[in-house]
Amino acid sequence: MITGSGVGTVEGYAVRRGWRSRVAGLRRLDWTLFLVVVALSVIGALLVRSATYQLLTDQGKDPEGFLKRHILNLVIGFLLGGVVTVLDYRLLRAYVPILYGAACVGLLAVLTPLGQTINGSHSWIVIGGGFQVQPSEFAKVGLVVLLAMILGEPRDGEIGPGRRDVLLALVLAGVPGVLIMLQPDLGTTLVFIAVVLGMLAISGAQKRWLVGLVGGGTAAAFAVWFFGLLKDYQIDRFTAFLDPNADPRGAGYNAQQARIAIGSGGALGKGLFHGQQTGGHFVPEQQTDFVFTVAGEELGFVGAAVIIALLGVVLWRGLRIATQAADLFGTLVATGVVCWLGFQTFENVGMTIGIMPITGLPLPFVSYGGSATFANMIAFGLLQAVHVRRRPFD
Amino acid sequence: MNPRTHFRLVVLYVLVGALLLVLVGRLWSLQVLEGEHYQGIAAQNRTRDIVVPAVRGMILDDRGRPLVRNTSALVVSVDRTTLSRQKDGGKSIVKRLAGVLGVSQDEITKRIRLCGPGIKRPCWPGSPYQPIPVEDHVDPKRALQIMERQEDFPGVTAQVQAVRDYPNPEGASAAQVLGYLQPVTQEELDRRTGLKVTGYSGVDLVGRAGLEAQYDTALRGEPGFRKVLVDSQGRVTGTAAEQPPVAGSHIVTSIDAGVQGAAEKALQHAVEGARKAGHPADAGAAVVMDVQTGNLVAMASYPTYDPSIWTGGISQDEYDALLGKKKGEPLISRVTQGQFAPGSTFKISSVSAAVKDGNSLHGTYDCPGSYNVGNRAFRNFEGQGYGPMNLHTALVKSCDTIFYRFAYQEWQRDGGMKPRKNPSDPMVKMARNFGFGTRTGIDLPSESMGRIPDRGWKKSFWEDTKEANCKGAKQGYPQLAKTDPARAAYLKAVATENCTEGFVWRPGDAANFSVGQGDVLVTPLQLVRAYSAVANGGRMVTPRLGVAVMRPDGTVERRLGAPPAGRLPVDAKVLKYIRDSLGDVTKDGTAAGTFGGFDFKTVDVGGKTGTAEVYGKDDTSWFASFGPLKKPRFAVVAMVSQGGTGASTAAPAVREIWEAMYGLNGHKKPILKDGRLPAELPKITGEGAAE
Repeated sequence: MITGSGVGTVEGYAVRRGWRSRVAGLRRLDWTLFLVVVALSVIGALLVRSATYQLLTDQGKDPEGFLKRHILNLVIGFLLGGVVTVLDYRLLRAYVPILYGAACVGLLAVLTPLGQTINGSHSWIVIGGGFQVQPSEFAKVGLVVLLAMILGEPRDGEIGPGRRDVLLALVLAGVPGVLIMLQPDLGTTLVFIAVVLGMLAISGAQKRWLVGLVGGGTAAAFAVWFFGLLKDYQIDRFTAFLDPNADPRGAGYNAQQARIAIGSGGALGKGLFHGQQTGGHFVPEQQTDFVFTVAGEELGFVGAAVIIALLGVVLWRGLRIATQAADLFGTLVATGVVCWLGFQTFENVGMTIGIMPITGLPLPFVSYGGSATFANMIAFGLLQAVHVRRRPFD
Repeated sequence: MNPRTHFRLVVLYVLVGALLLVLVGRLWSLQVLEGEHYQGIAAQNRTRDIVVPAVRGMILDDRGRPLVRNTSALVVSVDRTTLSRQKDGGKSIVKRLAGVLGVSQDEITKRIRLCGPGIKRPCWPGSPYQPIPVEDHVDPKRALQIMERQEDFPGVTAQVQAVRDYPNPEGASAAQVLGYLQPVTQEELDRRTGLKVTGYSGVDLVGRAGLEAQYDTALRGEPGFRKVLVDSQGRVTGTAAEQPPVAGSHIVTSIDAGVQGAAEKALQHAVEGARKAGHPADAGAAVVMDVQTGNLVAMASYPTYDPSIWTGGISQDEYDALLGKKKGEPLISRVTQGQFAPGSTFKISSVSAAVKDGNSLHGTYDCPGSYNVGNRAFRNFEGQGYGPMNLHTALVKSCDTIFYRFAYQEWQRDGGMKPRKNPSDPMVKMARNFGFGTRTGIDLPSESMGRIPDRGWKKSFWEDTKEANCKGAKQGYPQLAKTDPARAAYLKAVATENCTEGFVWRPGDAANFSVGQGDVLVTPLQLVRAYSAVANGGRMVTPRLGVAVMRPDGTVERRLGAPPAGRLPVDAKVLKYIRDSLGDVTKDGTAAGTFGGFDFKTVDVGGKTGTAEVYGKDDTSWFASFGPLKKPRFAVVAMVSQGGTGASTAAPAVREIWEAMYGLNGHKKPILKDGRLPAELPKITGEGAAE
C-alpha cells in the first residue's frame, strides 16, 4: 500500500504482494456488498423453493430438489467469487485471451449439435448427468474483462481510448455478440450492447462514438425489423409486450400471468409459500426468468421493493467501487459489471411488470440457474477484487 | 481519474437510480393502486365453476312404476375449446381417442362439429362451450385409459353420468307421451337465468317433446355448483365453495303401464290385421280416458320407436331410418297430433244438433239408400236402404241418409245458397261444443286443433285458393285435354265453380259435415273427450296426463289439477238416449260382429264405428267406445289410418283393450281390479333413480 495511481508501479505493486497480504486484504472487502449479495441469495433460494415446491410435488419428485441444487449452485458461486476476489484482477489481463477464446468456443459449440434449445433459445450445452452450461452467461464476464483491458490500456496525454482501441473493442465484442444473436438470445445481446455502451462512455471515448453507436444501432434495429430477420416468437413477444391481451394463451400468456401474479400480491403480499398463482404454477419459468413474480405475489409491494432496493445497493456499491478503483482498468471492470447487472435487473423486473418486452434473462443473484449464478458470483468477485485494491486515500 | 470519466460515472449513478425508481413506481401502481383489480383476475384465474348436474326426475305411472328413469353410464366427452387450443387443432387427440374408443376418427370429428344449416347429423346441437359427449356406455377399461393418461387427452373427460333409461313396465313404451331429451342450445342457455354451464359439467339436456318437455322445469331440478381451485393445467387442487344440486322431482302420471301396454299391443294387432286384409294401415292411435276426470290411462301411437335411441346422440342415417318419413314419422303422436276425418263416430254430435234443432228425439225418420242433396245424390254406406226408423236405430245401423236430410233441411232454413245474416248452423255449433276444432288443453306440447270447416273457414280457404282456381277456370287444362279431354273438362267445371262461388257453404258441405266427412278433421284425443262427455253426462273434461309432482323423497310437491270441466249443452235425456243407442251398436249394430262373445256382463261396452273416406286413400278406421254403460268409467278410442272399416280394424283393437283391462277372454288377470284405477298416489321409494 505504498503508492497512488501511478500506472508504472502497478506491476511491481502486484509482485510484491504475497499470500499473507492477500488474506490480510480480505479485511478490506466491501462488507455491505457482501451482506447484500448474501441477502439476495437467501431471498432467491426461498423464492425458488416457493416456485417449485408444488410443481415438483405434483410431478412426484423431491419437492425441494430445485432448492437443493440452487444452494449447491450458490455455494459453488461464492467459492468462485472468493477465488476471483483473491486473485489480483490486474493479472486477469494475462488471462483475457484465454477467457475470451473459451467464451467464443463455448458460444460456437452451442451452435453445433452439442447445443440444446430451451424456450426458443439455442443457448445451452448439455454436459450430461442433468447438467447444462449456458456459455452466454460466462461470455458476459469475458466481455467485461476484455473491454476493460482494451479500453483501460495506459495512454499518454489522451483522455479516452483512441480510434484503434475503440474499433478493436467493437470488433472483439462483436464476435461473441453475433454468436449470441445467432442462438438467438435477444436478452444477452441487449446486455452486451448495454455493457459496450457503458464501458465506452466511462472509458472516456469521444462522444461521437457513443452517438454513432446509438444511431447505428437504432438503424440496424429498424433494418432487422423490416427485413424480417427476427424469429416469429421474438416478434410475438414484442407484440405481446405492446398488447398483452392480444393473445392471452400464446405469447401474451407469460406477460399477462406475470402481471396478474404480481398485481394480486398487493401491498403486503400473500405470505411466503402462500402464493396461489405461484402454487398453481400459472407463470411459466417461474424459478428462473420469472422469479420476481413469486416475490411480487408472496411478499407484495414491500417485499418486491426491498429486492429492488437490495439490487440498487449492489449497483450503488459497484459504482462506488468504480469511482474508487486504483486504476482505469479497475474502474472499467466495475462499470462493466454495473452495466451488466443493472441492465439485466431492469429488463428482468421490467418484463414481469409489463414495461419491457419479454426476453430470457434471469434476475441477478435471485433466479435459479447454475451458469447465471456462477457468472453473477464471478462478477461479484470482480467487484470485490477491485475494491480490495482500491485507492488507499478514498 | 480523468474528469470526463468522473462526470460520466455520475451520469451513470443518476441513470441507474432513475431506472430503479421507474421499476418501483410501476410496482406501486401495479400492486398498490391496481392490486384489487388483479386480485379479482387472479381469483378468476385459479377457480372454475363446475356445474353439478341434478339427477332428473322420473316419470311414473299411476302405481309408481317408472316409465322413464335414470341409469348411470360412463360418458366420454370432448371440450372443443381445449381442442382448438392445441397446435394441430386437436387432430392428434381425436386420433388417439378414436383408437381408444374403437370408432373412426371421422365419426368423432363429426360428432363434435356444431350443427348448423347444411350440416347433417351427427353434429352437436348444444352449446359450443360445453363438453360434447362422443360416446356413452363406455367400457370402464377404455375410460380408465383416458383418465389415466390425461396428458395425452387434454380436454377429454370420462365421467359417470345419469342417462335416461326406459324400463318398459308391462310392455308399455309410451314413447310419444314421454318425449325425449336433447342438449340445451346456446340460445336457451343465454336465456336461462341463474347458473350457466361453464364446462366440465357433462351434458345439460332439455325436454324436447312429450312430458319431458311439458314438465321440464319440475323434472330438471336445480343444478348445484362447485367452485374449485385449479392450477395452470386446469387440474383441480381443491374446493372453494360448494352448493349441492337439488334432484329433480318425479312426475306421477295417470298412465297405467298395464293398460298402456295392452293398448300398444292391441294397436299393433289392429295394424297387422288390417295389413293382412290388404290395407296399408300406415298409422294408428289408441287412447283410454277416465271419463269422470279426463285422466288419460293409455295413449298409444303407431308407428312407434324405442326412445333410448336418443341417448348419446343420433346419426342422420339413424334419424332417417328410424324417425323419418319412410318410417311414418314415429315421433308424431297420432293421438294428439294426428288429424283424420272422424266418419260416423262424429254422429254423436250431429244427432245432438238435430235434436236441439227441433227434430224429435223419438221421431221416426226414413233411411233410404240414397238422398238427394241439391242436385247430387248422397248415398248410404254401400248404398243400402233400411226404411223408416228411429234415431236409436239410425245410430245402431249407422244410417247416413237421415243425417244428410237433417243437414240439408238445416242448410235450407239458413237460406241455402243465399244464407241469411245469422245462420243457425246447428251442426257446426254442436261440433264446437263437443270440443272439435279447438285444442283440448292436454298437458302435452304441440297438440293439433283438428278442423271444423264452417262458413268462415270456407271463405278463407276460397281466398287462399282463388287465384289457382280462377286460372284453371279461364284457361282450362290444355295439357290434360290432349290425353283425357273428359277429365280436363270436369276439372275446368270444378275450377269455375270454385272460382266464382267457392266461398259458398254448399248443401254438399253441410251433408258431408253431418257424417264427419268432407273437410272435418279430428284428433283421436278430441274424439275420446267427446265420448267421455256423452258417457259422464255432459261434462267436457280437460285431458290430463300429469297427476302430481313428487319430491325425490316421496312427498307431494303439488298436485297437477285439470281446469274445471266445461258443460256440454245437450240435454241429459238426449245423452242417455245416445248412450243406450251406442250400447246396442256392440250387440246388434255395426260392431255386433266384432263384439260377438264379448263378456258384456262384466263390463257393458257401448260404442260407435266410423269408416271415413279419404280422397285417394284407403278408409280411416275408427271405433269410439265407453263403458260400463250404467256407470261409465272409461272411454276407449282406436283409429287406424288406411285401415279399412271401423268394425273390421279399429273395433277389434278396442275390444282387446277392454278385455285386457277387465281380464276377459283369455286375459288371466284383469289389469284393473274391479275396473278401478288406484285411488291414491303411489308411494315413491326412489327405486330406479340413478346413483
